[in-house]
Amino acid sequence: MSAPEMARDPKILAFLCRWCSYAGADLAGTSRFTYPPNVRIVQVPCSGRVDPVMIFKALVEGYDGVLVAGCHPGDCHYGTGNYHARRKLAVARRLLETVGVHPDRMFFTWVSAAEGRKFAEVCTTFAESLKKFAGRPKTLAREALAK
Amino acid sequence: MARVGVFICHCGVNIAGKVDVARVAEEIGRMPEVAFSADYKFMCSSPGQKLLADAVKEHGLNRIVVAACSPKMHLPTFQKTIAKSGLNQYLISMANIREQCSWVTEDREQATAKAIDLVRRQVKRVAHQDPLQDVAVTLERTAVVIGGGVSGIQAALDIADGGRKVILVERTSSLGGKMAQLDETFPTLDCSQCILTPKMVEAAQHPNIEIRANTTVNKVDGYVGNFEVTLERRPTYVDATRCIACGLCVTKCPVGDVPDEFNAGLGKRRAVATPFPQAVPAIPVIDARYCLKLTKGKCGACEKVCPAGAINYEDKGAEETVKAGAIVVATGYQEMSPAVYTEYGGATYPDVLTGLQFERLVSSTGPTGGKLVRPSDGNEPKTVVFVQCVGSRDPSKGHEYCSGICCMYTAKHSLLFKHHVPDGQAYVCYIDIRSPGKNSEQFVRRAIEEEDVRYIRGRVGKVQKRNDGRYRVYCEDTLVGRPVQIDADMVVLSSAVEPNADAAKLAQTLGISYDADGFYTESHPKLKPVETATAGIFLAGACQGPKDIPASVQQGGAAAAKVLALFAQETLRKSPQVAQVDPFACTGCLTCAYVCHYSAIEEKQVAGRQVAFVVPGKCQGCGACAAACKNKAVTLAQFSDDEIFEEMMR
Repeated sequence: MSAPEMARDPKILAFLCRWCSYAGADLAGTSRFTYPPNVRIVQVPCSGRVDPVMIFKALVEGYDGVLVAGCHPGDCHYGTGNYHARRKLAVARRLLETVGVHPDRMFFTWVSAAEGRKFAEVCTTFAESLKKFAGRPKTLAREALAK
Repeated sequence: MARVGVFICHCGVNIAGKVDVARVAEEIGRMPEVAFSADYKFMCSSPGQKLLADAVKEHGLNRIVVAACSPKMHLPTFQKTIAKSGLNQYLISMANIREQCSWVTEDREQATAKAIDLVRRQVKRVAHQDPLQDVAVTLERTAVVIGGGVSGIQAALDIADGGRKVILVERTSSLGGKMAQLDETFPTLDCSQCILTPKMVEAAQHPNIEIRANTTVNKVDGYVGNFEVTLERRPTYVDATRCIACGLCVTKCPVGDVPDEFNAGLGKRRAVATPFPQAVPAIPVIDARYCLKLTKGKCGACEKVCPAGAINYEDKGAEETVKAGAIVVATGYQEMSPAVYTEYGGATYPDVLTGLQFERLVSSTGPTGGKLVRPSDGNEPKTVVFVQCVGSRDPSKGHEYCSGICCMYTAKHSLLFKHHVPDGQAYVCYIDIRSPGKNSEQFVRRAIEEEDVRYIRGRVGKVQKRNDGRYRVYCEDTLVGRPVQIDADMVVLSSAVEPNADAAKLAQTLGISYDADGFYTESHPKLKPVETATAGIFLAGACQGPKDIPASVQQGGAAAAKVLALFAQETLRKSPQVAQVDPFACTGCLTCAYVCHYSAIEEKQVAGRQVAFVVPGKCQGCGACAAACKNKAVTLAQFSDDEIFEEMMR
């Protein structure tokens, strides 16, 4: 994607847990809270299902940023899945840095089923924050991972 | 070779108003995997489903994508449809082009482009989906009902009458909940205890109901049909199996200055007590915070007088684990403390009461035996001001929501006051009167027209204690636009209904969700009002949101019907979304077992090697193991790496 295009609307892949965050995104829809159209949502049963490989693969694939959202601490439908996600994705951030990708291309947060507005806000602010990467290729990432 | 059929729903104008559905169907129709593609006004309607079923047969489709609303809404509908036409029900995927596209995108062109992309991803995904079979699991036909208020009692009685066992768990020492604390009920002025206590007794005597008083739910394991609920009984120091409920211990207890919770803090009780005369069970409980024997090691009066030898100062409480197929949560609400409203003096002025305190004060089982007097000096109040919306409809200091019951109970309180003090004058300061229930508006009119209760539309700014012991209430009459001052002998605050202090903790124990206000969330606000998102756990009463008695009873009955329907199934089927380990790729590191929340992963000997094995009945399908496996030996059905990767590809 060309730099001006991205400055307009960065492409975001969002992994949302089925129980809280996906329902939160649904509520954003029901409540008609608009957010940038380049967000693509992949439902996962739990944020703990998200494998760091999926994040790397998404960035290699050409997404500008990856959002992972799960239930708030203590609210995980599966008890502890969101804690596993938090620990794993903290490591993933460092891995991104190691291969030369800015860790802010990944964002991990909690969105409950009641937080439709928050979901729309998270998408909007994350998209906004990604604009600073406009025109900066993820060269290192491509070299490190595409092979 | 996948032959995918794609069906784009207009959802009336909900989708078609923003998305060019015909163009989506046309563009998607060009994908090589797609054998048939169409758009239709309402896919969930009977003709829509027939269109789908017919196309499966006519075009030899073996995978289906429906692009419509959220799969949370209609996936089961379409699964059933394709199952009827002979396809495995898991060979379908939904593209959420309503909640995720038409409703959140402003520009029509962008919305159409996004819809095409969302559908394309599901076509790619569905081609990698495998036919799956549900897992059959056992079903324990016993229900645990948490909370012994009127809603929980109703649920327990209905389930028990349906022939199933119920364990009714109550945190306090008696059933009854908030309703037992009420004097009379709106809009009929029925005596609350007169209509409640027969139900309490019926529950206690029902052969299918076991009551666990003084008990809380500590831990919940398992899943629908197979919950393991760990109950903890707190120490009561009175052996319920021996106690004959004679009440001698209570009369002989020398500690008489314990604040009485049942009377909402008005009045005192003994250190050993039953909360109220009709308590069920009627077994007294020793309060370890005040008992002389337990705090100072001396006294022992109750033990000496007990003819049954039921006093046991060594009681440590007890823990038990029960098996249950379903759980009904009916934990009710608490009245908000008015302490934050310092301008009203709710926690400081003795004659400024909450609604529940006023209720106790006029009740014949209350601290004054039903005599309405001021707590400060024992005089009869001649002028009472009722202040509405204390903590409700006030996001700055209290809650944003309307508590729903206060308008009506205040009308009732004003009537009760007039019945106690016929020459008295009642004022109600309100924002709006909300009286939508049956006969409710008439009831409010009765207070205003027959009993001359003065309704003043305006929020109270301040309550000030005066030197003569009376209270000056500063209000504004917004209908005439004039400040009003009323000198009152008593002020009653309609304190908000709010979730119990530990509501979130219980939700986390149960694995159910709660809303921004802390009330438990139903599965669907209109169509699944008593279900939670967790299969097998149901809601009843005010724990789900503020409710009056009729609505709480209705929900109790509704939850019971859901439980009975569940228990009527011959075998219970569980989603095939379970993890599976490829024993030949597994290195036996058991990282998967470490992250498994359900202890569903065991070690197993395969071809001479120790490898991981997932027990399908225990697996809940979260996928933590699949994400943790370094060797990618674990596959989660419905959310395999392949399926997720296909869906995320641009």
